[in-house]
Parts: sequence; C-alpha cells; structure tokens
Amino acid sequence: MSDVLKGKAWTFGRDIDTDLIIPARYLNMKTAEELGAYCMYDADPEFSKKVNPGDIVVAKENFGCGSSREHAPIALKGAGVSVVIAKSFARIFYRNAFNTGLPILVAPDAVDAIKEGDELEVDLASGEIKDVTTGVTYKAEPLPPFMRELVEAGGLLPYLKKRGAAK
Amino acid sequence: MGMTMTEKILARAAGKDSVAPGDLIMAQLDLCLGNDVTTGVAIDEFEKAGFTEVFDPKKIALIPDHFTPNKDIKSAGLVKQMRQFVRDHGIVHYYDVGRVGVEHAFLPEQGLVGPGDVVLGADSHTCTYGALGAFSTGVGSTDLAGAMATGVAWFRVPETHLFSFEGALNPYVTGKDLVLFTIGQIGVDGALYKAMEFAGSAIRDLSMDARMTICNMAIEAGGKSGIIAPDEVTKKYIEGRYKGTPRYYTSDPDCWYEKEYHWNAADVPLMVAKPHLPSNTQAAAELNGIGIDQVVIGSCTNGRIEDLRQAAEVLKGRKVHKDVRCIVIPATQAIWQQANDEGLFDIFIAAEAAVSAPTCGPCLGGHMGVLAAGERAVATTNRNFVGRMGDTSSEVYLAGPYVAAASAVAGHIATPEQIGHGAAPSPLPEGREP
Repeated sequence: MSDVLKGKAWTFGRDIDTDLIIPARYLNMKTAEELGAYCMYDADPEFSKKVNPGDIVVAKENFGCGSSREHAPIALKGAGVSVVIAKSFARIFYRNAFNTGLPILVAPDAVDAIKEGDELEVDLASGEIKDVTTGVTYKAEPLPPFMRELVEAGGLLPYLKKRGAAK
Repeated sequence: MGMTMTEKILARAAGKDSVAPGDLIMAQLDLCLGNDVTTGVAIDEFEKAGFTEVFDPKKIALIPDHFTPNKDIKSAGLVKQMRQFVRDHGIVHYYDVGRVGVEHAFLPEQGLVGPGDVVLGADSHTCTYGALGAFSTGVGSTDLAGAMATGVAWFRVPETHLFSFEGALNPYVTGKDLVLFTIGQIGVDGALYKAMEFAGSAIRDLSMDARMTICNMAIEAGGKSGIIAPDEVTKKYIEGRYKGTPRYYTSDPDCWYEKEYHWNAADVPLMVAKPHLPSNTQAAAELNGIGIDQVVIGSCTNGRIEDLRQAAEVLKGRKVHKDVRCIVIPATQAIWQQANDEGLFDIFIAAEAAVSAPTCGPCLGGHMGVLAAGERAVATTNRNFVGRMGDTSSEVYLAGPYVAAASAVAGHIATPEQIGHGAAPSPLPEGREP
C-alpha cells in the first residue's frame, strides 16, 4: 500500500451512478477483463480504450450511487483505473470498493481543483494527492480506523476468517 | 437518551444493551439474500477465500429474478452456477422460474422476513423490508459471500432521519408519490448513510404494499435503510405468513434524530421523477402532454397486488393509446394468481396491455421491454438513470401505477383526472380501524 500511484485524471460530475459505471446489460458477465471493456460505457463508450493503466477517476459528490453491483468497482479496476478520488461516495459503492481492493479517497479540495488530463501522483499510505501538472498537493481524509483494519487484514473475507478462527 | 428503532434492532443483533450512531458493530444476520446478478460474484469470492460451508442453509435466500426467465446464454450460466451452489450447500430458500418472484416482493410475501429482523442483501433495494419494521440494507457480492460464510456483517450504526407526513392524502396519491416527493426534497444523497424513518398519520394509513414502495426507494436518497414502526397493519400482514418470531421495536419518545422533516400529506401531489435522477421531481399534472412510447407497471417498487389494482382501475373500459406499449409485470407468482382471480388480467388484455411473467426485466434494461434510441417511458420502477431501461438516449419518467396507467391511455404523461377518471376511493388498509 506504500506505492505511489501515477496516472492521468479523468474528471466526472456528481451522482455518477452504477448504471453509468457499468450498464446493467453487461451484468451477465463478472470478470474484470470482461467488465473493464464496458467501464463508463454509457458516459463515454470510448472510455475503456482511452484510459491507460494507472489512470485516476476524479468525481464530485455521491460517486457510485444506485445499484449494489460489485461489478462497478470490478469494471473500474478492469479498465485500469488505479484509484477513485471523490467528494463523497455512495454507501454500497464505498463498501464494495474496499471489498474488491479498489482504492478510493475522499478529497473535496483536490476534486475542486484537479482538471481533466492533469498528471497525478497519489500516495495511498499518506493520503497525499499531488497534481504534478499544477504542482499543488492535497491531503485526502484519513481512512476510518475500522476500514484501515479491514485493509490491513487483506480485505473483508480474510478479516472475517481471522475473526472466526480467533473465536 | 432513548434509542430509535433502528438502533434497538442493531443493538439486539450485536448482543448489546444499547448502541449509538457512529458505533461500529458486528451484527448477527437473520437472513442474507442474493440474486442472479450478484450471487455469481459472491460464490466466486466465497470459494476464492477458501470457505467451504455456509453458516446456516436456512438463513440464505438466493432468488434468480433479474434476467429470468434467462434472457441469454450468459445469464443462464449465472443461474446455473447459483443452482449448483444451492445443491452443494443445501440452501433451503432457492426458488426457480415458476415459483420465484421479484425478490423484494417475494421474501415478505413468503414470510421470510419480518419485524425486528436484520437482513443483508446483495441488492440495493433490500431496504424494502423496513416496511415490516426490520433493519435491512443492500451490500455488494463480497459482503454477501462473507455473510453466507459467517452469518455476521459489520455495520456503522447510522444516524436516523425522521420523515413525517401528517393528514389525509390527495386522491390517487400513494406510497410512490410520498417517496418521490421525499427524494425530490432532499436529493439523491440527502440521506447518505442514514436510516430513514417514515412516520405520521399518512404513513400509518398506508397499506403494507404502499409502505414497501416507500422503504424500497430509501436507497434513491442514499439511505442505508428505510423503516416504518410496526403496527396493526404490520401484524395483520405477517399473520400466518412470517416464519420467524416477530420482534416489535419502536423509537423511544426521547430518541435522537439527526434531522427531522415534517410535511403535510395534503401538500403532496401525484409525482413524477423526470430523467435522469429520482430527485428530479415535478407534479405529474404539470407534465401533461409529454409524449411516451412505453409504460411499465411492475418491479420491486410497484409490482404488488395493490399496484396492479390501481392500474386496472384506470385501464378498465379504456384502451392503451395506439402509439404506446404497456407492459404489466406482476412481481410474484402469487400476485399473478391473485390478479388473475380478481379479473385484473381481463382488464389489462381488453385494454391491450401485455402481461409478463415475474421478472425485474425492463427496470434495469435487461429484457421484456428495452427502449430504443430516443424512446421515452413512464415506469413504476425505481431508477431513471441514463441508459437504465435501454439506449443512452432513451428516457424514463418514474411514477406510481395511477399515473402510469393514465399515461398509457393518454399516450403522454397524464393523471387519472386528466383522462377523465373520477375521484379515487381511499379505503383504510387491512388491520387499521377508522
């Protein structure tokens, strides 16, 4: 988790729903490779072709609202998105991102300032977001302690397994 | 300080005397739920993590309803995987085509969820069961995998927001109008992470079907759960139906609400949510004249018997407009049977509406009524996002069954009054005395 993620910013507005992230008609599939090809398809059918591995989605409030489909973070990962930075996340998407290992950061200041195409460097451990294009550095909100615990355990299922074994 | 009913249910499930908003708890689950879209990923994660047994084969419900009867080969594969998992683990509550229904209509109907339960479902509209006085919430597939393996889930105890409607409803105004009104007032993230508690005399006067419509759409305001205090209507509904032992919780008079909204029911008109957010609401009467190509009456939001009765009341003796396809989808086999017995299908067929087998189908653009480029629908479903029912340039207007049926007749958005339908009766629900 100490790696610095580097990529180009793709900016989106508020209330980006899961039907935009991965349209329901593709939910008859479930792997990252399959779903990644249709990531953000209804927002921009070319998105998955244009995005490069490591690129970063930057969105306003309520990212991932709508359905419970875990296919949404899986599709983002499959398309090569390394981290999503938003002003806020819808609740189920928030859980799903942790459960699928898609890093997400809440950083309203960064979202307001970052422009599409800016080169970003994100240090997940420190929560520092550097806009290399403008030279400005932002700080994401720290992870709640329990979410940190989940991440350190390697995700929800290893955490539950460890907890069960400890009982 | 007292507790809200949501806090009381979560305290019980966490084995604690009390909890407060912000507390992190591990809750024992009474039921966990998956459907054909979410269960495949959950099974993959369950097996990848090395789990070999489910915690309790009687407390897992796997409901293939989204793309069933299977719409294509890949969808058929997902249900096949689900069926195999059911056999391997002896899952009791699996129901296939011919027995199954849309999950959030089916589970309450079959008595698999009830008052005081904690229910975790890999479907965002799992919040529906709050109508019975349960805590129920949607999650993704990995959370379902963990729940199937261990029977527990972690929750942050949510703050509760109170939404109170007092007084009598206007003619034809139903649960759908109340919840669309609420979402219109607070926005699609107006209750993000919160428990939404609906109260007031107008809510108490609603049937269980209408209450389920309201709690169903809590997620469309970002809510973690919706809930309504159990009462005589609840007791009557679960009588002879609920398989568990009901636990009735109500909020203490001195409980803490982070926010309170108090509205007069009479201020709520027939509502429509315009594209492309459920919060983009307007009075239906003001949208009169917007032309449509399709009407869908069904879904976990409005596919219950009362919804079909309302649609039939308007369609009786009328015809669906020649330029409109009207698709009616009873949410479960039992509702289908009931509608048939009551003669509702005679009305639909005479009106030239199509009646489908139970399925989520067009609600999420799966099948049974997908929209072409530029087409417009009025639907009693729950989401009107870009591309939700088909092409990205198609449009969905969300409404209740009365407006949907009236629009089908008019060929454009219309209220019952606007097509010359008389004043609606407003009977009290079963179990509630005048």
